[in-house]
Parts: sequence; C-alpha cells; structure tokens
Amino acid sequence: MLDFYAVDSLLGPEQRAIRATVREFVDAEIVPNVRGWWDRHEFPGAIKERYGALGLFGANLPEEYGCAGVDDIAYGLINYELERGDSGLRSFASVQGALVMYPIYAYGSEEQRRRYLPELAAGRLIGCFGLTESEGGSDPGAMRTRARRDGDGWVLNGAKMWITNSPIADLAVVWAKDDEGIVRGFVVPTDTPGFGAPTIESKMSLRASCTGEIVLQDCRVGPEALLPRSGGLKSPLGCLTQARYGIAWGALGALEAVYTCARDYAATRTTFGKPIAGRQLVQDKLVRMLTDHSLGLLMAHQLGTLKGAGRMTFAQVSMAKRNNVRVALNGARAAREILGGNGITTEYPVIRHMLNLETVDTYEGTHDIHTLIVGREITGLGALE
Amino acid sequence: MRILVCVKQVPDPNTVVYQIDPGTKRLVRDGVTNVLDPGAEVALEAALQLAERDGESTVTVVAMGPEDAEDAIRRALAMGAHDGALITDDALAGSDALGTAKALAAAIGQIGFDIIFCATESTDGYSGMVPGMVAELLGIPHLSFIRSLEVRDGVLTGQRVIALGYQTVQCPLPLLVAIASGSHEARYPALKGIMAAKRKKVEEYTLADLDLDPDDAGEAGARERVLELLPVEERQAGVIVEDNGDGAARIAELLRQRGVL
Amino acid sequence: MGAVWVYSEIYAGRPAPVALELISKAAELGEATAILLGRDAAGAASVAGEYGAARAIVDARADYDEHLAPAAVPTLAALVRERQPALLLFATTYDSRDVASRLATRLDRGVVTNATGIEADGDGFRILTPWGANTIAVCELTGPGTRIVLVRPKAFTAVNSGGACAVEQFAGPLDAATTAIRVVETVEETTQGPLLSDSKIVVAGGRGLGNADNFGLVEELADALGGAVGASRAVVDAGWRPYGEQIGQTGVTVKPDVYIACGISGAIQHLAGMKGAKTIIAINKDPEAPIFRSADLGIVGDALTVLPQLIAEVRRG
Ligand SMILES: Cc1cc2nc3c(=O)[nH]c(=O)nc-3n(C[C@H](O)[C@H](O)[C@H](O)COP(=O)(O)OP(=O)(O)OC[C@H]3O[C@@H](n4cnc5c(N)ncnc54)[C@H](O)[C@@H]3O)c2cc1C
Ligand SMILES: Cc1cc2nc3c(=O)[nH]c(=O)nc-3n(C[C@H](O)[C@H](O)[C@H](O)COP(=O)(O)OP(=O)(O)OC[C@H]3O[C@@H](n4cnc5c(N)ncnc54)[C@H](O)[C@@H]3O)c2cc1C
Repeated sequence: MLDFYAVDSLLGPEQRAIRATVREFVDAEIVPNVRGWWDRHEFPGAIKERYGALGLFGANLPEEYGCAGVDDIAYGLINYELERGDSGLRSFASVQGALVMYPIYAYGSEEQRRRYLPELAAGRLIGCFGLTESEGGSDPGAMRTRARRDGDGWVLNGAKMWITNSPIADLAVVWAKDDEGIVRGFVVPTDTPGFGAPTIESKMSLRASCTGEIVLQDCRVGPEALLPRSGGLKSPLGCLTQARYGIAWGALGALEAVYTCARDYAATRTTFGKPIAGRQLVQDKLVRMLTDHSLGLLMAHQLGTLKGAGRMTFAQVSMAKRNNVRVALNGARAAREILGGNGITTEYPVIRHMLNLETVDTYEGTHDIHTLIVGREITGLGALE
Repeated sequence: MRILVCVKQVPDPNTVVYQIDPGTKRLVRDGVTNVLDPGAEVALEAALQLAERDGESTVTVVAMGPEDAEDAIRRALAMGAHDGALITDDALAGSDALGTAKALAAAIGQIGFDIIFCATESTDGYSGMVPGMVAELLGIPHLSFIRSLEVRDGVLTGQRVIALGYQTVQCPLPLLVAIASGSHEARYPALKGIMAAKRKKVEEYTLADLDLDPDDAGEAGARERVLELLPVEERQAGVIVEDNGDGAARIAELLRQRGVL
Repeated sequence: MGAVWVYSEIYAGRPAPVALELISKAAELGEATAILLGRDAAGAASVAGEYGAARAIVDARADYDEHLAPAAVPTLAALVRERQPALLLFATTYDSRDVASRLATRLDRGVVTNATGIEADGDGFRILTPWGANTIAVCELTGPGTRIVLVRPKAFTAVNSGGACAVEQFAGPLDAATTAIRVVETVEETTQGPLLSDSKIVVAGGRGLGNADNFGLVEELADALGGAVGASRAVVDAGWRPYGEQIGQTGVTVKPDVYIACGISGAIQHLAGMKGAKTIIAINKDPEAPIFRSADLGIVGDALTVLPQLIAEVRRG
C-alpha cells in the first residue's frame, strides 16, 4: 500500500491480513480486467460470487448473520483496496453492505436479518438502495415516493433515480413516505408486480457499475416488507453515514492508483533529454498528491478509531468524505496532466479513475452539501436548507 | 486423517531484491517483507482439498522460523488450516536443509500424522532437499512433484510429473507428498477465515521441547560454509530495436548470419 | 585426489545426458566411478566408460525401475559407508534430488544443491552455486566423510574420450520406506520434434502470448526452423504447455545455438535455464523487460504481429 506515513504500523495483524488478501484479489482479478469492462460499459456479473466467497459484502456486520465481523478500520481498508481497482466495483460492494445489509441489520426484524443477511453476504442475493429521486438528490426530504397502507400491507408508488445495482438486484431497499409523511424503509423483491428498474445507459463514469432507475407503480408488498425500526429521514441518513465512511477510505485507493501510475510514468518519460519526473513542475504535482494521500489516510484511520469507539460524528464523516474524494479527484486530474496525451486513453488507469471520481464526488452527498453540513456544525448557522 | 503441511515464510518473491551481506554472507532480510511461500500455499491448497473431500480430516501447518513466521502460519490458518505449530528458537538461525528437516521431523513426530504435505521446493532456497529429508528421518516413503492425488482405503494414488508426461504412483499411508508448484490454485484467505484464524491455536516448540541440541540444527550444525562471493559475469545486451514492421526481417537476417536460415 | 562418484540416472539404456556431463567432470577431478542401478545398468556402464568413468558399480536388478528413484538410497548408503568416496555427485533433477536428500540424511551429511562449478582444493572442494542474479557463492562442505553435491544440468560438458571402465557387480540392500511406492503407469504427453535439452534451436513462449491458442505460433516457428518448443513456468503453471517444455531453474536447462524468447519477461529463474545459449533473440512488448538485458537482438514489439511475419519469412528461406 502507498503509505508514506507508515499508517501500516498502526494496524493489527488481522487488519494487515485483510488488506493483503483484498489487495491480492484486486491485483489478480480486477486490475487486469477492469479496463475492458469499463470500456464496454459492462458490469462483470460473475464478480458477485467472488466477493461473496471472500466475504467482502457487509464485512463489518456480525458473524452470526454470515458476515465476517471485521472491525471498522479493516472495513475501511477493504474499501480502499477495492477502489484502488475501480470506484464502480467498490460501489458495488458498498451499496450491498452499507446501504442494503446495514439497514436490514439496523432497522430490520430478527426474521428479516436471518432471511436476508446470510444470502446477501454470500452474494447469492444482490440488493440496491433507492433514496434519490430525479428532482434534487441533495434534498431527500422532498421525496415524492409514497407508501400507502393497504390492509396489513402497503402499496408503493413513485420513482427513484441513479440507483446503483437496481437493474441487476434481487431486492431493493426503498425509502418512501407513509400516510403520516414519515420516511420508512421497505425491502422489496424486484420481481414484485409493479416494480421496474430500467438501466441508465451512456454513463461516462462508473462504467463498470450498473446504474438504473426504480419505477414503482401500485407495487403491493406485504407487512413483512417494512423495516420495522425505520422511521424518519434519519434512517436512510444513518445508512449514508456508513457508506460515506467507506468512501472516505475508498477514494484514497483511487488516489494511490493514479499517483503510482503518474510517478512511474514520469520516471520513464523523457523530454528535452531528461525524465519529466526531474522537473520541478512535475514534482510539485506528485508531492501534492502524496501529501494529500498521507493526510487523508491519517484522517481515515482516526475516523475509524472514533467509529470503533462509538464516537464518530456525522460532521466528521462529512469532512472526511468531502476531503478525501476531492483530493483524489484533483490528484487524478493532475495525474492525467502528467501523462499528457496518454492520460486520455483507458490504456492507463488514470482517466478511468478521474471520470469515476466525478460520481464519487457527487453521490452520498455532494462535495458542496458536505461543506454545508460541516459549515453548519462549526458555525451553528445552517446554509443548507 | 491427520494431515500435516510444512509451510515456510520467505521474502516476498514479488518484491524481493536478493542482497547478500558480505559480512555474514547471508541474505539481507531487513526491509524485506515476508510472506507465506507461494509454493507452500499450493501444497496447503492440495491438503485442504483433500480434507474437504474427506470431511473428517484436520489440517495442521508446521513452520520453522523466527517468531514472526507466525504470520505465515496465520495466513495458512486463514486459508483454512485447523491449527498450527511454530518451531522457533534463536539457536535455529542459520540452519541448513538437514537441520531444518531435523527440527520439522521432531515436531511432526510429536504431533502425529497420517500424511504430510510439502512444497516440492521453497521459493527462496529451492534446494528441494527438505521433503526427502523429513521423510527419511521419519522412516516413511515420500513422493515428489505430485500434481494430483486421491486417498482411498489408506492408499494414496497420485500423478507425478516427469519430463515427458506423468507417472501414476501408489503408496500406502503414512507418507509424505511434495506438491508440484503450479498444480493447484491456492485460495485467497477469506475474511471470515482471517477472523477465525485469530482464535485458532498455534503451538510453539523450542529446541529443548524437541529434544534437539544446537549441534543438530542451527548454524552450529550446518555443514555448508560460504567461503566467498563472486560477481557473475553478465551477458552483454546487444541491439534492442522497436518493431516498425521490420522486426521479423531483422530476426531473419540474424538467423541467416548464424547459418540457421 | 580421491574417488569421485556419480549417481547416474539411466535414460533409454544409456546414462542420462546430464550423468555423462557429471562423469566427464568427475574424471577431471579424480578417479571417476559411475553408479548405475536398474535393468539397463550393464549396457549403460560401457557408455560411462567412454565419457571418462574408470569404474562402474552396477546393480542390474529391476527393483530400481519398478519403484521410484529413492529405492537406490540403501544401496548408495551401503556403498558410501564402506568405501568413503571423496565426492558424490548428483544431477539437480527431481529423481536425483529425491535420492540425494534421503541419502544425506541417512549418512548425516550436508549437501550443496544447484552447483554450477566444482574445483578441487586441497582435501576438499570449492563448490560454486548461483545466489540471485549477480552473485556466485563459493562454498565448502565441512566435517568428515563424503561430500554430496547436486549439479545443475549443462554446467559441465560431456566429453567422449573413448575409454572403457572396469565393471563391478554389486547387490545392494532394499528397504521398505523406499519400495512401498508402486509405479502404476507412465504416460508420455509430449511431443514431436527434437529433444528440447539437445536441440540447437529453441523457440520459447511465455505469458505474453496471451493464451494457449496463440502458442501455436511458437510451435509453427519451431517447426519451420527445425527446432524445439520451450515455455516459461508461467505458461506451464497455467496449463498451456506440459512441464517437459519448461525452461529454467526448475525445468530443463538448454544451451542451444539460437534461443528465441517470445513474450517472456526474463525472470532470473527463467534465465537460469537458457542464458548459456550462444545467441538470444527476444520479442517483447515492454522495452524494460529484463530479457532484453541478456539478448543479442531484442525486438520491442507485439509477438502476435512479429511471429506470423517471421514464420512467413523463414518458410520463404
Ligand atoms: C453513478 C451514480 C450512482 C448513484 N447511486 C445511488 C444509489 O444507489 N442510491 C441512491 O439513492 N442514490 C444514488 N445516486 C444519487 C446521488 O446520491 C445523487 O446524485 C446526489 O445526492 C446528488 O443529487 P442530484 O444528482 O439530484 O443533484 P442535486 O441535488 O440537484 O444537486 C445539483 C448541484 O447543486 C448543489 N446543491 C444542491 N443543494 C444545494 C444547496 N442547498 N446549497 C448549495 N448547493 C446545493 C449540489 O452540490 C450540486 O452541485 C447515484 C448517483 C450516481 C451519479
Ligand atoms: C522457485 C522458483 C522457481 C522458478 N522456476 C522457473 C523456471 O524454471 N522457469 C521459468 O520460466 N520460470 C520459473 N519461475 C517463475 C519466474 O519467476 C517467472 O514468474 C516466469 O518465468 C514468468 O514467465 P513469463 O515470462 O512467461 O511471464 P511474465 O513474467 O508475466 O512475462 C510476460 C512478458 O510478456 C510480455 N508481453 C505481453 N504481451 C506481449 C505481446 N503481445 N508480445 C510480446 N510480449 C508481450 C510482457 O511485457 C512480459 O514481459 C520460478 C519461480 C520461482 C519462485
């Protein structure tokens, strides 16, 4: 791992072993193939079994539900290594773990946990998370999707937009307002009549990930679909806190990939008789990237320590997500520049990461929204609403 | 069955640059990351597959090395071995192949076994001596370079790679098999395995535990002494050219000069 | 200098080529004795004589053929204990390693493996072994008794000096730990064309060819040149090619006139098996590939483009 500040020395043996195993997997099975998937705009479906066998889905949830039960820092390292491969293939695992398994674990009944978690952990079931709607993802409280009481069950109507995995999912965690206007979560099997999930084509980002809509037309579900302990916007936001935590680590993996590529390239590319790595302007870019990586990694590690101790605040998560993704994106742009013309072809990983990170900068709370969350926290004055 | 696997920790073959300390005439190990020998992983994979087919076997990994060789054992446990044994003693540093084999055989004798797996050779030393030596010390047969195997009614049937193909060989248990390097694809330790490995037992053995004394193993017992190190005469690189459609023609031209064409 | 013995594997009724290399070397170092065990031992003994053996110790019982090589261990142990040769040489092959490792244990002797040179030095020997890519370690074996050394194939040259040797019959003991093994069948999986280890021209392919089908180009070129096909371990491990074609530290050692490496990076373990070639030609996409550092002619290019052109060129003559 790129580790200028010896963060490795803060890790325990299991954390190191987990990182090593995921790193090997990524190097062997993702790095050599991802370019082709990305170029073809193709999600590699077979990877779900590989993730399942390794235990990458919901790895931080308890063993009694078929999960690996790793700690928060190990969970962060998994995200780091996966995103070093590709943000889309990290997103695939993040959605399943933090946005599908976590709400079932946190807000579900014991029966729902036992029924779904082991299957999701093994990759035999794939889930998606439907919160965003087409009008203003930054303002999920304005959602229009409704869950109407109908006998002992519910009827769902509405549409979700930008939903990772929806076209390939077996079940969806859908957020909708009930008759009282309270946001509730539902676990909806995707073969339920009235459920549709058209694919969003022509993405120029996260091309190895599958994104779609969710269309709910009089979609009737039984009482067992409701996540009984969900209630209010804080429930989906609680999931986002989990996912953002993983992204704060993941983005640094992408930064490692673009930094290493740029450094190696600069060392061999010669102009005017000298490797470009020997030029001040290039060194400046490389040093910025590495400094950002080091700071981000220390922040992520401390965030993990706080999370493990139950002391992490949402503003801290916002700050880490906001910072680490943006520095990765800036680093990718700088790396792209260092590679010159070669920087624009997918023969090198740089432009792929750069374009992927545009999404990562936007989803799970845009960069600016996180600015406003932290800003509100430190000034006590809300600029968001 | 009680299955034992000899595993070794080696400098990471993907990153190591072999440097020799001119003073000690040993490999420089500082700053080198160590890993479970990829060859040992393949042997372990073969052992785990045998245990899984059989359903009632246990797999114990045995390593000799410095204390941190426990990391290699933990990795083997994370891959699925049930427990481990680490032979570690300051007096063991600098052991030669026979010293290593004596320590391994002594521990294996105490643990007990039906079948022992080894890699055909280690990635760093590649002498390939240890399997035969361990078997000899234990008074059991050994089969080297095995690429596939089955155990039925206490008899192992396996395919042994030879230059022109393979031989089918048979031998009753107990015995030792050395597994050919590319024959099995070692699994990644799954996350659950890594977490479970934390709770698995690793027994430590010292020379005294094994009734060995430093003349048997370790530097004191080693019979190979390095006298001096010489630089290798390197081959000179010749002409390296970019293929601009004329690469084949240039090769053909050289072949003509050499009288091959 | 005392007696130098060679444990000589027998292949096709003769000492294996590497055994002849060792016998010639032994004759240089002292009085050479070939140990020949198995059905064809008597016939092999006369060839051993031609290559420099002064004596051959022969046990022509079939037991040695019916079991694997370690069946020779008790016989060798009895002979060495009784006669204490100064040096006992083995080849670095899987069979000989199986014998040497058990024998050294039984005699409680150290061994040196992978030797590429041996020099007499007073009462002892200086043994040369490669360590890594750029160092040769000179070692000795300490303590009393016979020195056991395993030598890499092609380290020495077999020289037919047309001599003859005295043949001694010997009936060695056999034991259970080495005769419990039964060889049920032997299956040959390869190949036409000249024997890889002896071929004057070798065309070898590596992982850079992309898949097993593309390896057909290597076969075609070898065929057009009348040479043998070789492979890197990466492609043998991947199952594209049989082990018998693996060139390198853990495979065959070759010293052809011309070696053509296609899509092979040139790892030190691979170089160990081919750097003795007179002319090395490499085709590799990566200008940094280590193979270029040993190549007389390096083409930085796609083997899948260059090979078809080269095959056509060669066929044209
Ligand atoms: C590939 C991809 C996958 C996704 N996967 C999922 C998924 O699985 N599930 C899911 O629910 N969602 C998902 N999303 C949706 C994502 O979370 C939203 O895109 C994100 O929240 C932003 O919402 P929006 O696109 O509607 O932009 P908007 O909310 O319309 O924002 C547009 C711009 O306005 C700015 N802005 C908005 N409000 C303010 C304000 N108050 N003050 C200042 N600036 C403001 C924003 O920062 C942004 O720059 C995904 C998105 C993408 C691109
Ligand atoms: C104990 C031990 C023993 C070993 N013994 C041996 C041995 O006996 N023999 C052996 O070979 N290896 C051996 N190895 C393995 C060795 O270290 C290397 O891993 C192996 O030789 C690599 O094989 P390769 O060159 O085919 O593959 P790689 O190293 O993957 O190289 C492939 C090469 O192909 C090039 N390439 C890719 N595409 C193309 C194209 N289209 N056209 C042209 N070039 C292309 C690449 O640039 C690269 O250089 C051993 C390793 C160990 C640890």
